[in-house]
Amino acid sequence: MHIRVIDVAKDFGRTGALRGVSLDVRDGELLALLGPSGSGKTTLLRVIAGLETPSVGRVFFGEEDATAVPVQKRRIGFVFQNYALFKHMSVRDNIAYGLYVLPRSEQPSKIEIRKRVQDLLELVQLPDIGDRYPRQLSGGQQQRVALARALAVEPRVLLLDEPFGALDAKVRKDLRRWLRELHGRTGQTTVFVTHDQEEALELADRVAILNAGKLEQIGSTDEIYDDPASAFVMSFVGDTSSIPIDCDGRRLLHEGQAFEAKFEGSCQGRGRLYLRPKDIAITDTAPGRLPGTILNVQRTAAGHRAQIAVGAQRVVVEAEVDPGKKPLIGERVGLQIHSGRVFAD
Amino acid sequence: MAEQISHAPHSLSVTTESAAVRTALISLALLFLALFLILPVIVIFSEALQKGLFVYFATFEDADAQAAIRLTLIVAGIAVPLNLFFGIAASWTIAKFEFRGKSLLITLIDLPFSISPVVSGLIYVLLFGAQGYFGPWLKAHGIEVIFALPGIVLATVFVTFPFVARELIPLMEEQGNTDEEAALTLGAGGLREFLTVTLPNIRWGLLYGVLLCNARAMGEFGAVSVVSGHIRGLTDTMPLHVEILYNEYNFVAAFAMASLLTLLALITLAAKTLLEMQYGEALARAPRV
Repeated sequence: MHIRVIDVAKDFGRTGALRGVSLDVRDGELLALLGPSGSGKTTLLRVIAGLETPSVGRVFFGEEDATAVPVQKRRIGFVFQNYALFKHMSVRDNIAYGLYVLPRSEQPSKIEIRKRVQDLLELVQLPDIGDRYPRQLSGGQQQRVALARALAVEPRVLLLDEPFGALDAKVRKDLRRWLRELHGRTGQTTVFVTHDQEEALELADRVAILNAGKLEQIGSTDEIYDDPASAFVMSFVGDTSSIPIDCDGRRLLHEGQAFEAKFEGSCQGRGRLYLRPKDIAITDTAPGRLPGTILNVQRTAAGHRAQIAVGAQRVVVEAEVDPGKKPLIGERVGLQIHSGRVFAD
Repeated sequence: MAEQISHAPHSLSVTTESAAVRTALISLALLFLALFLILPVIVIFSEALQKGLFVYFATFEDADAQAAIRLTLIVAGIAVPLNLFFGIAASWTIAKFEFRGKSLLITLIDLPFSISPVVSGLIYVLLFGAQGYFGPWLKAHGIEVIFALPGIVLATVFVTFPFVARELIPLMEEQGNTDEEAALTLGAGGLREFLTVTLPNIRWGLLYGVLLCNARAMGEFGAVSVVSGHIRGLTDTMPLHVEILYNEYNFVAAFAMASLLTLLALITLAAKTLLEMQYGEALARAPRV
């Protein structure tokens, strides 16, 4: 189901408001809504679901204007952050709930419902827990049951609010991979909310980045990472450090000192140069290189990383370190900048 | 050092008092309970059974006594369901919606607790009595409120209003909206959602509130006394009847009737304890998010 959100605003008088957001969810895609807390990502998800009514703007499901369609009639599947499983019902009854509340004429027979529930339990790889109660399940199992319950009504779109937020790191990683596979098999149009950029990049086809109620950028994970549209996107996605710069049209200056750097972006007046750790090489203090002092060298999962204080204000940037050439703490070095991005202040 | 630790007196935490202080405090509490709670209960039953079981049961064969019991049951039968309904409505409104004047509403719900029952009764006399605001109009239409069943029900409803609501508001606030929202996203209509999701979520709290409400509805004296008019066999409830019998020096009958009310209290207490065990466990089982 192709979903269009057109110029939606929602005013709460508190955080999470939306200020004119338009975006498309393509049929069959897995879209992440990524942003810091209070950015309005959950509000946007709830507007699509029909749990919030936008103050302005419209939501289309295909050709149908769904803005005024109540949540019960939208045929969406929603997985809540805390799963919201019905505690007094067995897993089976939880999953069947959406089928039992259908009008009599559309309700499948008891046997069909039972079969559909069993199919869903198998889909979420929990075939034997139908008779248990939610409290007897682990967090990851509850998450899957919530997903099965949302899928039971054959929703036009599946909406997930911080789906892995309450799980520990290991379970989170497994479930992520599993959800990706599940999406590959079912092709279910899916939108999920997350504040974890790693999760968004790993899981989604496309990512929409929200900040302070506005859409900063929407695009494929590559576009978001390699071609960020704003300083916010650049610093929110991936590890980034930045230094204040002036630009005279050609060259970059830090504290009045020109230095060599390859970069993209507008070069006029004051701004900041944004850098990823892999785009900085630590070399000797040849003229034209950005000078700095090594503050610290750390082991990361992938390799080593150094913190370098740059200039008189000692702005800290992070750079990846060649394993063979680990610098010493306190050493004066020059930074070679292979690629960076300048955004005006 | 390790030796010392292993030989230290076990199970004595730093907040525990010395044995003497503990014994003194516990005895004091038990003595107080015995004097003010257990002794009176024993007295009630021993006075009631003073002249044997035969006389005890004979008390309830009296027509006025039966009328009083019947009236009490009728009043509770009307007031409790009404407050069940009002209580759910009020707590739903308070727990699930944001609106101006919410804290005022919460204060108002507590009002019957903070006001003397006699005053509550007088309010209704002032409103519906012969000299009251609506008195003449009611009289003209042949409707009796004061010194009749409607007045007694009104006073009882007023006095027992907070029980269900007070029990449900914190419970519903803690549970939040997500279960309801989940039911809605799955296509359930409002009533269906309430019956299958909200009601099961609050059932223990609700039952608990209803029990307390019922105990008070049957036992209420002050407010009912003002509006009832004490017409024997007509507007006498059980508590009022106890007083009448007592004032007539009919001690056995008075205590027999009182023993029924006491029994009700004991049953309520037992049910409440059972529920607390059940309900406390249910709360402990709820997932902590």
